[in-house]
Amino acid sequence: MTIKAQLFITCLAEQFFPDVLKRMVGLLERLGVQVEFPEEQTCCGQPFFNSGYRNQARELAVKWLKVFGRTDGFIVSPSGSCVDTVRHHFPELFPPGSAEHRQAEDAAARTFEFTQFLVHQLKVTDVGARFPRKVTYHSSCHLLRGLSAREEPKALLRAVQGLVLVPLPGEETCCGFGGSFSVIYPEVSKSMMESKVRAIESTGADVVAVCDAGCIMNIAGGLRQAGSSIRAMHLIEILTAGREAS
Amino acid sequence: MSQVQATIDFRRNTQEVPQQMPAAVQKATAKFLGNRAVLVEAFGNESWQALRQAGHDIRLHAITHIEHYLEKAEAAVTRAGGQVHWARDAEEARRILLDIAARHRVKLAVKGKSMATEEIGLNHAMEAAGIRVLETDLGEYIVQLKGVGPAHIVVPAFHLSKEEIAALFHEKLGVNAPAEAEQLTRIARMKLREEFLSADMGISGGNFLVADTGTIVTVTNEGNGRMCTTVPPVHVAVVGIDKVVPDWESLTVLLKLLARSATGQKLSCYTQFISGPPRSPAETGPRQMHLILLDNGRSRILKTPECRETLLCIRCGACLNTCPVYNNVGGYAYGYPISGPTGVIFASQILGTRIAGALPFASTLCGACNEICPVKIPITQILLHLRRRVAEGDESEDAAAPYALRLGAQVGAVALGTTGLYRLGSELLKRLQAPFVRSGWMPRLPAPLNRWTMSRPFPAFAADFRQWWRDRPAAGGKRGTHEPSA
Ligand code: SF4
Repeated sequence: MTIKAQLFITCLAEQFFPDVLKRMVGLLERLGVQVEFPEEQTCCGQPFFNSGYRNQARELAVKWLKVFGRTDGFIVSPSGSCVDTVRHHFPELFPPGSAEHRQAEDAAARTFEFTQFLVHQLKVTDVGARFPRKVTYHSSCHLLRGLSAREEPKALLRAVQGLVLVPLPGEETCCGFGGSFSVIYPEVSKSMMESKVRAIESTGADVVAVCDAGCIMNIAGGLRQAGSSIRAMHLIEILTAGREAS
Repeated sequence: MSQVQATIDFRRNTQEVPQQMPAAVQKATAKFLGNRAVLVEAFGNESWQALRQAGHDIRLHAITHIEHYLEKAEAAVTRAGGQVHWARDAEEARRILLDIAARHRVKLAVKGKSMATEEIGLNHAMEAAGIRVLETDLGEYIVQLKGVGPAHIVVPAFHLSKEEIAALFHEKLGVNAPAEAEQLTRIARMKLREEFLSADMGISGGNFLVADTGTIVTVTNEGNGRMCTTVPPVHVAVVGIDKVVPDWESLTVLLKLLARSATGQKLSCYTQFISGPPRSPAETGPRQMHLILLDNGRSRILKTPECRETLLCIRCGACLNTCPVYNNVGGYAYGYPISGPTGVIFASQILGTRIAGALPFASTLCGACNEICPVKIPITQILLHLRRRVAEGDESEDAAAPYALRLGAQVGAVALGTTGLYRLGSELLKRLQAPFVRSGWMPRLPAPLNRWTMSRPFPAFAADFRQWWRDRPAAGGKRGTHEPSA
């Protein structure tokens, strides 16, 4: 039986890291997954939900549920925070017992973050990748605490040939992105980001692996600002290193 | 007298954080978190999680049956010879206390560590009435000398170095103090001992109030709190109504959680149980004991189901220690004596979003607080509800967000929710950004994104996945499952 995955590409990945999405398609297909892309999808509404605008979040959730409700199979996304929104917050937007609430619960049950999809649904940790570099891993908050993915990304990294995984001090400390937080309280965001950059630099790694677009924007930007030679990469880029974005 | 609270400007406060604050805070919080982690591991993670759940259930049961347990507590305290007063708000609490002080012609009151008295601004009110109030918790004593409030709910002066404290003692007490912990403690103790003996009133808070026996429980590490409740002739305890717990069995669970989470101890050095004044002239202790039960908005919090768990808090401070925002700004930025995650959810409800509406946004929603909280308060869920209260209003308050922002959200949602507009936007942004882009990044952007670029470049907009998907030869799967609709 073929496994089918509907891509949920998310705004930030689409706008800033399209290469990650292309690589994700290539990797899933190599693993035998039938990939589909519901083209009408837009934002899941997370920025509105997290800022308190429930009415707007609800409108976007309704639209999202309509688009993905017409599809079948799994829904897979390279962002933990967007999956957390769908899985845990969509159902809160509708009164229990309503048709929308049922739809939201159905969608929640079939939506997976990429690393959890690989490890738990496909039961794969070794994707045959080779990346002979020293890598450290930053744990994105919503992936870690929203979806309880503490080990999955690291299991995938450990299985990469040649890769040396070095621990990051304060691995589970927020990088200071926080969506709108980064512009509402820029001084605090900066201070948190700089702590994170210092911690990354202290590991002597070549690359820091991250699983969420927002954190990558923040950390990669911070590393660049600091004049560091360390690269921030989405985990998917590491799992597909040495291959063209199909 | 009433005290008018100014709007809390969290951003401005964060801009005024002294440069050395974050490092000082992080050093101290790391120590507490480290000690805690050792004990939690020794306890066994599974048992610890079970204990947290038990703590949560006990506290939730207590606050959802609060009237029952408060009446029970009141009856028990009265039976034991104590006097119970109910204070609807901060002003009433201050008035009750000032009345008691006036009746006993109090000139000097000594105070044990208490967040409730900070909450009602008691020191200020007593001093305005001509009564000297002396903080006796070492940390509180130091910040009082410095003329500021507590920077942390458990360790008020933890951000100050020994050198700073020595300089402060020299300046305010006129003593030559070496920058050495034992010496400094000894100096403070000597100063305080003199005062305990001449104090006319002792004031305390209460970590818990046991309903069964009307027992006020205080947890400290110095013993000065106990001097406040035993040496002066009158003892007044100011206790939030949320502190009530059903019985001693509940208490043992909470004490285990509290000491480990707060300071990484199995049990604090002093756990004191006060069940009324002495019953016979032969017993020592204060002749009178008063208990002021403080509401000050707590009943209102209980009325909002999404927020009521705010009141489960046992003020252990662990969420402050683990919070990355707190660790980078310290306590004063919050503009309220209770700071950090628990302070944010408490203050924005007690003060209202018009005054404290900035606070629910002072978080990245990272969830570290939820994970550490010994009574499992869903802090980020409460933050999300409070953000909603600010943005849209709810049953308890109208929206406080400016109209322009709310309008912006509406327009934004339409743009992001309409496939055609969304795609058009992606294309437009790619063109409009051209003058700002330098090798894939935008080092400087106009407002409001200059708030991002002040500390790191912004990545260039690069959306081309949709086009790529359409152009690629169908590999394995179908292309899009749905053609875009008009
Ligand atoms: S919210 Fe939880 S972690 Fe924070 S002070 Fe209260 S009990 Fe402790």
